[in-house]
Amino acid sequence: MVPILEVQDLHVSYRSSGEASYAALAGVNFHLMPNEILGVLGESGSGKSTLATSLLKLLPSNGNISRGSILFEGKDLLCAPAGELEQIRGKRISLVYQEPSVALHPALRASEQVFQVLAAHESAGKSALRQKTRQVLASLFPKEADRISNSYPHQLSGGQRQRVLIAQAIACGPSLLIADEPTASLDSTTQKEILGVMRTLRDELGLAMIFITHNPALLAGFADRVLVLYGGRVAELGLARTVLSSPKHPYTRALFQSMPQILENTRDTRKTKLPVIAGDSSAAQLPLEGCVFEPRCPDRMEDCREREPAVVNLGESHTVSCFKYGG
Amino acid sequence: MEVETPQSSQNMQPLLRVEKLVKCYERQNVFGSREKLLALDGVSFAVAQETTLAVVGESGSGKSTLGFCISCLEIPTSGSIWFEGRDIVVLAESERRKLRPQIQLIFQDPSNSLNPRWSVEEILLEPLNLKGKLKREETKQRAVALMTQVGLSSDMFQRSPAQLSGGQRQRLAIARALALEPRVLILDEALSALDCSVQAQIANLLIELQRTLGMTYLFITHDLAMAAHLADEIAVMNRGRVVEQGPAQNILRHPKEEITRHLLAAIPSLDNAERPPLES
Repeated sequence: MVPILEVQDLHVSYRSSGEASYAALAGVNFHLMPNEILGVLGESGSGKSTLATSLLKLLPSNGNISRGSILFEGKDLLCAPAGELEQIRGKRISLVYQEPSVALHPALRASEQVFQVLAAHESAGKSALRQKTRQVLASLFPKEADRISNSYPHQLSGGQRQRVLIAQAIACGPSLLIADEPTASLDSTTQKEILGVMRTLRDELGLAMIFITHNPALLAGFADRVLVLYGGRVAELGLARTVLSSPKHPYTRALFQSMPQILENTRDTRKTKLPVIAGDSSAAQLPLEGCVFEPRCPDRMEDCREREPAVVNLGESHTVSCFKYGG
Repeated sequence: MEVETPQSSQNMQPLLRVEKLVKCYERQNVFGSREKLLALDGVSFAVAQETTLAVVGESGSGKSTLGFCISCLEIPTSGSIWFEGRDIVVLAESERRKLRPQIQLIFQDPSNSLNPRWSVEEILLEPLNLKGKLKREETKQRAVALMTQVGLSSDMFQRSPAQLSGGQRQRLAIARALALEPRVLILDEALSALDCSVQAQIANLLIELQRTLGMTYLFITHDLAMAAHLADEIAVMNRGRVVEQGPAQNILRHPKEEITRHLLAAIPSLDNAERPPLES
C-alpha cells in the first residue's frame, strides 16, 4: 500500500516582533497509511497544533514553512497553487477543531452549517445538496437528526456540537481527517462517545486520521500508531500498543508516570506526590543546542548537550530519538 | 511520603456542611413562557477540616452551581450552607462579607480568570490591598511569600499573564486565592485544562498546601482518576443530586449507582492499550 500522506523533514518557524524567529517544528518525518489513525501526543509548546495547521497551509501570517515536503496522495501540498489547495481543504483533507462552541457559527442552524461546506465544494443542485446534508447529519445523529438539524449551536450540548463539526468535516467525503484536541473541552463520558464515533467513521468510510491530543490515555484502544512530539521534534513513533505500554523515550516514560494510577494500585497511594517532569515545555525553556529534552531529562548523558540524537530504529517500526538507544 | 488523615477528623465538627441545597434557575424561552431548571435538587454533605471532598459528575450535573453557591457567587433558592457554625445563606450581607474571603474559588481556565492587562504583581496585590490592614512594604513581602509558596519566582512580578505558561498561570491563580488566607478552596475543574505533566505538578502543590496550611478542598471535576488521587471522600452528582458519597476507595472499588459505574468505565487509561478497541 502507498501512504496517503508523507511528511518529510518539515521545518516551521514563527517570526515574533523584534526577536529572532523560533522553530516550532524542526525536522518532522512521518507517514500515514489509508484507513489508519495516527495519534499525535504532545504538550503545549510541542508544536502539535502547528503541525495540524501546516499540513493544510493554514499557518498564521507570521508562520513560515522553511523546509520539507508534505506529500498528500502523491502531490506536494507545499508547491500546490492556492486554487488547488482550496479544493483540497475541506474536501480531501478536513480539520476538526478543539472548541466546538467557537468553530460553529452561532446564528446558523446546524443543517445550514453542514450545507455550506457542501455548497462550497460540490456542484450538484441545491436539493441534491440538501438531501446529502440530511444523510450526513443522520449518520451522526441516527435518533434525532431532525431536531439537531434545526437547532442553533447554543441549543446543543458540547458533545452534540462536536458531532456537528464532525458532520461538516466528513460531508465531502475526505480521505484524511485532522482532529486537533477534538475532545479536550468535553467530560470523560462524552469524550469516550466521540472517540467511538470517530472510530466508526474510520471503519465505515475508510478515513485516515491524525488525532492530536495532550492526553495519552485517550489514544489507548483508539489509535493505531502514536507519534510523540516534544519541542517540535518527533521523540518517539511506533505502534500504539508498543508505545503506550512500553514507552522508550525518557520523555514518554516520565509523562506516563506522572498520571495518577489510582485504579491499578492495590496499595492506597492517595495524596502521595506524583512523579513530575521538572520545568515545562514552553519555548523559552528549550535549549538551543543538543537534545531538546536534555534540561528536563532524568537519564541525561554527556552527549545530550553536544548534538541532537538521531532516529534509532528499535524494530517493528518503533523509532526513538535518544542517545540511550544509540542515537 | 504518605499523609495520614487523622482519624479524629471524621468525628470532628465539619468545617463546611451543606444541607438540602436547592438552586432553581428560571428563564424565559423564546415564546415568553417561563422554564424552570433545577440545577441543585436537595444536596447535602459535610467536609471536615484538612480533607478533600471530590465532587464528580458529567457536564450539567450541577457541580459548578454547587461551587458558585458555596462561594456566595449565587444565592441558593433554599437550603443552608453551614461554615464555622453559621448559615451563610441567611447571613446579612455585611456579615457574609467577612466570611467570604475564607472560601475561595479557583476556575478551570486561568487565562480567563486573570486580568490580561495587569502584571503578576498587580494581580497579587489587589486582594492584599482590599484586605487593607497591611503597610506597603508588608504587602510586597506578603506577595513575594505567596509566589514562593506556589513555586513561582518573584522575578516574574512584572510579567503579564500571557507571558506565563498554563501551569504558571494556574499557580498564580492559586497564589491570589491564598492571599486572603482562606480555609476552604473550591477547585472547579482547576486541573482539567492543563497538560498531563503540569496537572501532576499542580496536584502535588495542592497536596503540599493541604499539609502545610491545613487547607480544605472541594475538588469539582469530571476526572475521576485525579479525584481518586486527591480526595478523602467522593460525592457523585447526577441531575442536581448527590447520588452516592463515601470514602474514595469504596466508591472506586464498590460503586453502587449506575452513573458511578458509567463514570468509572469512561476513565481513559493507558491500561486499555491491550484491550479490544472501543465499541461505538
